[in-house]
Amino acid sequence: MIGERGSGESHAGQPAHVKSADTACRHSHHSHAGLSANIDVGALISARALSFSRGGRQILDAVDIDLHAGEIVTLIGPNGAGKTTFVRLLLGLAHADAGEIFRADNLRIGYVPQRIDIDRALPMTVARFLHLGLGVTRADIIEGLRSVGAEHVVERQLARLSGGEGQRVVLARALLRQPNLLVLDEPVRGVDATGEAELYNLIGRLRNERGFGVLLVSHDLHVVMAASDRVLCINQHVCCSGVPTTVAKHPEYVRLFGPDAARAFALYEHHHDHAHDLAGRPLTESSDTGSGKESR
Amino acid sequence: MLEPFFLRALAAAFGLALVAAPLGSLVVWQRMAYFGETMAQASLLGVALSVAIGSDMTVSILAVAICAAMLILLLSRQHLLPLDSVLGLLHHGSLAAGVIATSLIAGPSVDLLGFLFGDIFAVTYTDLIWIYVGGGVVVAIVAFIWQPLLRLAVHEELALAEGVPGQRIKAVFMLLLAVLIAIAIKILGILLVIAFLIVPAAAARPFARTPEHMVILSACMASAGVVAGLWLSARSDAPGGPAIVLVLAVVALFSLLWARAIEKDL
Repeated sequence: MIGERGSGESHAGQPAHVKSADTACRHSHHSHAGLSANIDVGALISARALSFSRGGRQILDAVDIDLHAGEIVTLIGPNGAGKTTFVRLLLGLAHADAGEIFRADNLRIGYVPQRIDIDRALPMTVARFLHLGLGVTRADIIEGLRSVGAEHVVERQLARLSGGEGQRVVLARALLRQPNLLVLDEPVRGVDATGEAELYNLIGRLRNERGFGVLLVSHDLHVVMAASDRVLCINQHVCCSGVPTTVAKHPEYVRLFGPDAARAFALYEHHHDHAHDLAGRPLTESSDTGSGKESR
Repeated sequence: MLEPFFLRALAAAFGLALVAAPLGSLVVWQRMAYFGETMAQASLLGVALSVAIGSDMTVSILAVAICAAMLILLLSRQHLLPLDSVLGLLHHGSLAAGVIATSLIAGPSVDLLGFLFGDIFAVTYTDLIWIYVGGGVVVAIVAFIWQPLLRLAVHEELALAEGVPGQRIKAVFMLLLAVLIAIAIKILGILLVIAFLIVPAAAARPFARTPEHMVILSACMASAGVVAGLWLSARSDAPGGPAIVLVLAVVALFSLLWARAIEKDL
């Protein structure tokens, strides 16, 4: 039984409600009765007990999530853990076998997919791509590209961009849609470590400026966890969830990623006491420029 | 040279060039050339059907092309074999079935070559009406759903996540492709109809910077190819359809070689 409520495309003010980070460890094996009562209607998206299987293989088993305005939630888990499937369910690209999804009436998702390999047979400038179906002006497009630090590619061909440039352009498109929820599926694939840290800093800064919620998907741990308010560790089911420091110490997390990952994260967290701008310069006064890479 | 039959051929080819430009570009962008080829070759069964039950040939071809498209879609959902192998199977299988069916039904005297390569100089006024009215409707519908079609061509997942009704748009596109094939087959034959779609688009690609630019260039090149091909045909007594396709293919070849040579941001 799948219930989906909310229109998902209307455009109203963003809810100011920000729920405090949930540090409880949820092993979602128990049965769920009275699902609707559990749904968090103050969230942008709230899902309960989503299950999904294909070809006799269980991909997701009773997974829950709540996403609120202004918070960055990161979905981590090993390859094949069902992260992308979970995102596809939340986006409505696939339908769950069981469970319930609530979408806020004003929900407007900006989606940055995992891969953006555009076929070169299709001639398409970045400007034309950003204009496509969005009804924005040339000034909006330039401004959108500037906000992600990619205004120099405006007249380039979309298929000829580098991995990092392509990600920024798709991020610009997602932002031009004026989302209140940004969904990024492994946005750093094909981007080097510096570019990765820059991208997360950019997302964090945009979140602070615009107040949207962010759902990040990653199989990488340290940088992304330090940039998150809340982490959801899944491997078919929710292994553990909560603030990054709690999750990093959780036995399920240590079992999935190994004790080194937990220690490395603690080390990273220690160094990460400031943010960087896109050029790698720290945004607050600090002497140890670029320390974010030391633990990697 | 400007006999009525020649003028009718010219008018028919011009009309097809204009209708084929947007559809052909979309076929190239979505890597559907082989898909279209399979639909076209299955159409020979439509010819046999029309002879067998005495129905209108264009309508019969349309019906068979739509059935072929649905069969391809159904088989594309299995993952044991890649799509090009499935298309190869259907494409050769349906051609074989079509040849046997037409021979059995219409007898050995049937002009198979006419169906395979078409006869552009045999275009009637009724055919012209089909091309301009049917083709006009096709172009109007493509124009109406142009934005969602482009968004799906750029990145299907992204388009779907942004709320583009993907299944419906793709179904309409395949229907339009079937209509164009049904209209054009009498003139270009089942073997050349897809060439008329993809060759002008391929020739236009190196000179285009936006999708719309490519469609307009493709229409212009196809129109020029029609004039040059029919002129060549009239001069040398070569068959009209193949002459047009040959001219366009040579232009596309040089266009791609030129693009290879300059290697700029295309």
